[in-house]
Amino acid sequence: MTRGPTWFNITSLVLGFSFLYLPIVLLVIYSFNESRLVTVWGGFSTKWYASLLQNEQLLDAAWVTLRVAFASATIATVLGTLAALILVRSGRFMGRSLFSGMIFAPLVMPEVILGLSLLLLFVAMGTARGFWTVMLAHTTFAMCYVAVVVQSRLVGFDKSIEEAAEDLGCPPVKTFFLITLPIILPGVIAGWMLAFTLSLDDLVIASFTTGPGATTLPMKIYSQVRLGVTPEINAVCTILVGLVTICVIAASLVTKRQQVQRERDERAAFGADG
Amino acid sequence: MAPGGSILSSRFWVGAVLAKKSIGPVRREFVPWENSDHPPFIEFRGVTKKFGEFVAVRNLSLKIYEKEFFALLGGSGCGKTTLMRMLAGFETPTSGQIFLDGQDLAGIPPYRRPSNMMFQSYALFPHMNVEKNIAFGLKQDSMPAREIEARVSEMLRLTKLEQFAQRKPHQLSGGQRQRVALARSLAKRPKVLLLDEPLGALDRKLREETQFELMNLQEELEMTFLIVTHDQEEAMTVADRIAVMDKGELVQVATPAEIYEAPNSKFVADFIGDVNLIEAKVTGKSDAGTRLVSVVDGFVIDSDQETEAGLGETVWYAIRPEKVRIAQGRREEGQVNQIDGLVWDIAYLGDVSCIHSKVGEDDHDTIRATFANISRMVENPITWDDEVVLSFNRDAGVILKG
Amino acid sequence: MSEQIATPAKRTIGGKLLIAMPYLWLLVFFLAPFLIVFKISLSQIAVSIPPYTPAIDLAEGWQGLVEAFREFSFENYIWLTEDALYWKSYVSSVVIAAISTLFTLLIGYPIAYGMARSPQAWRPTLLMLVILPFWTSFLIRVYAWIGILKNEGLLNQFLMMLGLIDEPLVILNTNIAVYIGIVYSYLPFLVLPLYASLERLDGSLLEAAEDLGCPPWKAFWKITVPLSLPGVIAGCFLVFIPAVGEFVIPDLLGGSNTLMIGKTLWVEFFNNRDWPVSSAVAVILLMILVIPIVLFQNQQQKMSEKEG
Repeated sequence: MTRGPTWFNITSLVLGFSFLYLPIVLLVIYSFNESRLVTVWGGFSTKWYASLLQNEQLLDAAWVTLRVAFASATIATVLGTLAALILVRSGRFMGRSLFSGMIFAPLVMPEVILGLSLLLLFVAMGTARGFWTVMLAHTTFAMCYVAVVVQSRLVGFDKSIEEAAEDLGCPPVKTFFLITLPIILPGVIAGWMLAFTLSLDDLVIASFTTGPGATTLPMKIYSQVRLGVTPEINAVCTILVGLVTICVIAASLVTKRQQVQRERDERAAFGADG
Repeated sequence: MAPGGSILSSRFWVGAVLAKKSIGPVRREFVPWENSDHPPFIEFRGVTKKFGEFVAVRNLSLKIYEKEFFALLGGSGCGKTTLMRMLAGFETPTSGQIFLDGQDLAGIPPYRRPSNMMFQSYALFPHMNVEKNIAFGLKQDSMPAREIEARVSEMLRLTKLEQFAQRKPHQLSGGQRQRVALARSLAKRPKVLLLDEPLGALDRKLREETQFELMNLQEELEMTFLIVTHDQEEAMTVADRIAVMDKGELVQVATPAEIYEAPNSKFVADFIGDVNLIEAKVTGKSDAGTRLVSVVDGFVIDSDQETEAGLGETVWYAIRPEKVRIAQGRREEGQVNQIDGLVWDIAYLGDVSCIHSKVGEDDHDTIRATFANISRMVENPITWDDEVVLSFNRDAGVILKG
Repeated sequence: MSEQIATPAKRTIGGKLLIAMPYLWLLVFFLAPFLIVFKISLSQIAVSIPPYTPAIDLAEGWQGLVEAFREFSFENYIWLTEDALYWKSYVSSVVIAAISTLFTLLIGYPIAYGMARSPQAWRPTLLMLVILPFWTSFLIRVYAWIGILKNEGLLNQFLMMLGLIDEPLVILNTNIAVYIGIVYSYLPFLVLPLYASLERLDGSLLEAAEDLGCPPWKAFWKITVPLSLPGVIAGCFLVFIPAVGEFVIPDLLGGSNTLMIGKTLWVEFFNNRDWPVSSAVAVILLMILVIPIVLFQNQQQKMSEKEG
């Protein structure tokens, strides 16, 4: 659509985005509240951030979460990229619809079901629950998100680029690493980031599949939230929100700059014929 | 031809090629296909390719000779691209064999075949600069770095890309990308260069220039070129021989002049250039030629051609518009190869004019005649609704079976 | 032409293994667990480890399996129909999810429409603003509403300051808070596909409609809305399906009367430690959701076929 926005459009955008952002903004503001009563402003203070650093349980949980997120995002990226390649590239094969069903179902499946079923699997296998089981569980649902992200990148991929590489004497596996992977890399990186944050955020699946000694940050936050709102939790949340925001904005600025550069180059090249 | 000189200077070559056209259809004494003992360089032997139920190529046999510039010509879906992709190794024939320089290509993957391909989309590696794109194939052969460097700079010079060596594909114009693709596929000195609609993305003027560059490169490098195209003008410009394809089969394989002047079927006559097709009955056959009577209007055609069709059979007489003369008046009684017409439509095309004349009751029964506009701004005496007479020589057309 | 029909290249054994990896992974960690859930839903609760019987012990071989199968029963499922708690939870989950989806659509459509109508230069920024909350923690976003909706929370403070109300409104721990939580959390899921279909809409269609004498508001109903329907449907499914099984939102924002099946399952599992019954709850939930999931998949497939 090319027509300009009306006042109605602008109003709905302003109201809509206020609705989306106001709660987070308030949460951030009140994390700097001096008062322990979260909803009464008692002056500016960073003491809750300082007390965070003393809270070893919370820091432990954060460390576990980061490790789980890093490991599961990495494995999920490998598996998800492979899955995307299979979905886009392989013609028909046995159980193709089952495969694509298994890729897409976890995207909409309630987390309680995923969590419960994975727990029962680990119990049936007799696996000791803890870091590894959470990691495996997160890998499983994150790989589906990665597959979808990478797939969208692969759909627009000109297959003759790979054929050109093979035509010039490059065997298929080498072609994948020299040609395909570098081209779809932005999608793969985006997939990794998504998998990482999904793992970072997850409460339900982790609660089901975890064991002693592997309490993740969301689980820690959840158990404290059930006891009531505290400025300390506000502070943790602010840090998490800040980190994610910085990463996402940085990533989008980099892509934006590349795009602008690219458009400028293309304009410069245009008209060089003749 | 001075090596390294202005082989890509199109103006010079436009002149040269125009000269070539004026002296005849063969640009040099190169007619290996007329010698049945001459070994073919590329040979398709009974090749069939099916995609599920769809037959893309049907039991096709074809011989292409070394140093030939060969064109596969046909509409979309005729199987020409599939045929080329089987030679490159991207498709496996359902049955039949393909030989290149005496070697059976069955089971050899694309990356071990001594052919290189220039893709329709160019398929340049977007994350590599021009130099790296050109060097890619050489690196796969583990060529020493110094030799790669030398070969790359030679290719850059040959395609006039020296100043763009460090640019990425998206920083190039369409014409420059096309040159990179060409340089990249030529860098390995393949036994045969495959060109898949190589000029489709270029505008008309650039395309014509590039066609001549391709011909010169081919002659200079003494390589075998196989081009796939749907553009008959392009095929006729560049190729020594053309194979016209339809529905997965070869319809005619011949030089451009033969294809144009002596098409072997209604399909080829209609596909290549503009043609008048007149439905007629055979009324007389002799050593000197054939006599036909048109189904519409009943005029008599006397042709020097022979036909397999028997007396009374219906055939098609195909005659190119430029071989039809047009004048005001009526035909003389008892004369052959003359048709009465009524001017129906006149198209002024700049270089030529085309007149459609109605020769029958039906609006579709028209015959086109074209003539060069040899003088400027001369009011053409022939105008709408004029009674005209259309005439042609007895060697002007060909007789084709339905 | 041949380009559209891919011929699978001859795969080496290594290549086949590579392809098999994600497949096997999903079979083991996604499909097999469901079969186990189903199996356990047919078992009985027991004070043991694991807390159900019969436990299949593969060491006992075929005989053991047959023994175990004999002990299977549908008792848990019968229990689900007998205890009103469960079927009420299912019904109220579906109702809450449906109402929330409707509100999400009512709020999301003007946002997506406004984005699609905004100048080209703003769109990437607006798009990022919609996606950004999706990247921040779900738990945190739900938690943020507690401070707002509490009796002494920011919303009540604000309304009382304006003098609109004298008594604080009780919102937290009611179904209203759950609606707000779902709408807020799932809004990006609806806006994104809707925006995608609205943005593709050719502006000249509206101009053509107006040129033919259709006033703008009517053109909106006759042209824009029908053409954005695929986006509306996709967005609604993306909100509805996960909302039915939601746990965090009803647990944190809802009250003791808020019945949602995700919460019921959680309580059954973690508090009552009744694994067989919670498995049966999960199986039924899955069966309820299979219909919309399949519908959604079909719709997506149709859309991609249309574009392809």
